[in-house]
Amino acid sequence: MPWPLIRLLPREFHIDFVRLAPFAAIVSAILIAGSIGSFVVQGLNFGIDFVGGTAIEVRTKGPVPLGELRAAVPAAGGHDAQVQGFGRPDTAIVRFRTEGSNTFVAAEQVKQKLAAKFPGMEFKPPVVVGPKVSGELMSGGFMALGIAMTLMLGYIWFRFQLQFGLGAVVAVLHDVILTLGLLSLTQIEFSMTSIAALLTVIGYSMNEKVITFDRLRENLRKYKTTPLRDVINKSENERLSRTLITGSTAILALSGALFLGGPVLFPLVSTMVFGVIIGTYSSVYVALPIILLWGVKRNDDPAEPLKPASVRP
Amino acid sequence: MITVSRWRVILVVLAALYGFLFTLPNVLPASVRDSLPGFLPKQTLNLGLDLQGGSYLLYEVDTAALRAELLTNLVEDARTALREAEIDFTGLGVVNGEVNVRINDPTQVEPALKALRESLGAVMATGGRDVTVSTAPDQRIRVAYVSQALDAQAAKAVEQSIEVIRRRIDELGTKEPDIRRQGANRISIAAPGESDPKKLQAIVGQTAKLTFQMVDETADLAQAQQGRLPPGTMLVPGDDIQPFYVVKRRAEVTGEMLTDAQSGFDQQTGQPVVTFRFNGVGAKRFGAITTANVGKRFAIILDNKVISAPNIINPITAGNGQITGNFTAESANDLAVLLRAGALPAPLTIQEQQTVSAELGADAIRAGAISLMIGGVAIIVFIILAYGLFGIFAALALIVNVLLILGIMSMTQATLTFPGIAGLILTLAVAVDANVLIYERVRDEAHAGRTPIMALEHGYSRALVSILDANITSAISAIIMFQFGSGPIRGFAWTLLIGVVTSVFTAVVITQVLIGWWFRATKPKTLPIE
Repeated sequence: MPWPLIRLLPREFHIDFVRLAPFAAIVSAILIAGSIGSFVVQGLNFGIDFVGGTAIEVRTKGPVPLGELRAAVPAAGGHDAQVQGFGRPDTAIVRFRTEGSNTFVAAEQVKQKLAAKFPGMEFKPPVVVGPKVSGELMSGGFMALGIAMTLMLGYIWFRFQLQFGLGAVVAVLHDVILTLGLLSLTQIEFSMTSIAALLTVIGYSMNEKVITFDRLRENLRKYKTTPLRDVINKSENERLSRTLITGSTAILALSGALFLGGPVLFPLVSTMVFGVIIGTYSSVYVALPIILLWGVKRNDDPAEPLKPASVRP
Repeated sequence: MITVSRWRVILVVLAALYGFLFTLPNVLPASVRDSLPGFLPKQTLNLGLDLQGGSYLLYEVDTAALRAELLTNLVEDARTALREAEIDFTGLGVVNGEVNVRINDPTQVEPALKALRESLGAVMATGGRDVTVSTAPDQRIRVAYVSQALDAQAAKAVEQSIEVIRRRIDELGTKEPDIRRQGANRISIAAPGESDPKKLQAIVGQTAKLTFQMVDETADLAQAQQGRLPPGTMLVPGDDIQPFYVVKRRAEVTGEMLTDAQSGFDQQTGQPVVTFRFNGVGAKRFGAITTANVGKRFAIILDNKVISAPNIINPITAGNGQITGNFTAESANDLAVLLRAGALPAPLTIQEQQTVSAELGADAIRAGAISLMIGGVAIIVFIILAYGLFGIFAALALIVNVLLILGIMSMTQATLTFPGIAGLILTLAVAVDANVLIYERVRDEAHAGRTPIMALEHGYSRALVSILDANITSAISAIIMFQFGSGPIRGFAWTLLIGVVTSVFTAVVITQVLIGWWFRATKPKTLPIE
């Protein structure tokens, strides 16, 4: 009986993960270089949340056709369009961001295109709106994130060893750079939601690192004389079924929103899916290789109180 | 493992009940909700501006008042500077938007110019000082702000006001308001939900400038009301006890020196009060003043009105105190929020008050909601397919987890936005990870030849180490981001922390109880996941 499906997974895997590490290092290096390159050349496409834009109050004869207006603003050249009913059914507020330095002229052009598309629509004079995310919010946020990363490093150092903590932090930074690289490459609007996506990616990635280290630590205590390389391979094979199931649960959970969620959810969810994949990858191919290259202390750990599985009755 | 302890069962039942009760109002129609007995929770989830709209306020920063205040401060600075230089003067005041003063001795005009130039104003970012000091006929000196400096001050006041407003209406960071500068000196505020715009106005519109000033007991109140005030004092409207107070102009301690303010109740009278704590400077100054003035009164002045003027009975050197005024529990709480958030740098005047509809269209919301629901169902189906009966246990735990998260969010009135719901789906996937870790561990142990009971026992205890390490790491990051971040970063950390705690509890404790019961009932020879 194939149900539960878990029985379909083999009991043991024998994959030489470590052998692939040099290739992975090259891939990671190329991706990082590409990310930084894209970042330098075209940067992030900061949205209205970060750079502000223009707001125009509009009034129509009957109720405002909000849906049509939402579709018409981007077509008229207004990016990151937001259309909200405003007080009365015949009034709405339209917010958008324009390219170029002369916001006033650009906003006027959007207004004229909208006026042509919606005859009889009245416009109040456009006003400049500031960003939703203030500088103080961002600098405070970065500081908070920095302290949080330092303390996570400290906790991993306390629970494992220093090289584990540094491996984790370097791997998480690797994920952050690649995620930012993806956002830069695709020029997806970088909004407050992107920040949330980035924080989610960091959280998921850190979680993966700790789970990875936990098995390694256990096996290091169990197999005291086995070379580190083999212990890493054994640990990764042992927890492969968990990695597969958890990873597919996460991606399956997000795939609904990825394919059917529409343009509102797509940027966020695609970033999260990317984060899940990259977070899993970097646990094996960034964090562990750092530990492998650096080496670990093997002898001052207390002996594992339980006997190895192989000699159990 | 097999002997499920009673407290664990009680805990699980209580948690499930809590989640159920606090989530329930969200699915009940408003009429049923209102007729629920008083002890049951009625609060529903606060949906974000993107999903349901909310109320909108437009304020203008009163730059004229800001200018007047800057000039008043400049007058006081000029007074101090001239006194320190021992120069006699008359007629110091504001004339046509400039500080104007007459120097009595013509030979002193030059030294006065020098003294004022050295001590007044500050260097601007663009270079040059922000005030000009020049001579005028009749031994007079004029001090004026350069116009760029006033513009820069106004812009700074708008930025500061935005931060203060954010702290006031979104202390926890979970309200998801939309606060922006509009034009040069206006601030638009949108807050989600049908939140009472009057309540929002009361919190946003108040300047909340708090000062502690000594009461001048020697002044004649009747004389003072006719404008004959002793030098260095001012007349301030008062409370029920005394309609006016004459207080020293100098603010001994100000609201900026508070580190915390909380609403509470007076231990003797039971009246609502606001307790506060000073920072180091404030505590030192307050201690010195109360030591020097035992038996006299100091006035606690909020927005140019005395809220109370207690007698100093003993020196207060501990750095904390309480404000007793004519408070209700609600107004005491509002004042505490205002004091924690700090004063507005300039008064705000309301320009517009509206309701706004959802930012997203109904069809976009529907499509997104369906897609997210598919995601949630996919987790449950997948985990049941993968682990069979144990998957059903994990799915039950997951459902309690969702109820707990939604219940806590309803209770704390955190705002759920569309991206927030997508984040919640990933939280659930990570919660399932705890179960996967446990079950994989149990499988390993069973494959290594342990009996089912031993495999369960060891699997749980071994996996728990990983689960705790991973989740403590997450919790550390959440607590730090909550402590040091502000606005949405804080809100993100708060939701993350809720998710971490409920996920560990449900994934570990609930499945343990369920498996324990199942084991006792069936006494299986093999486990369904072997």
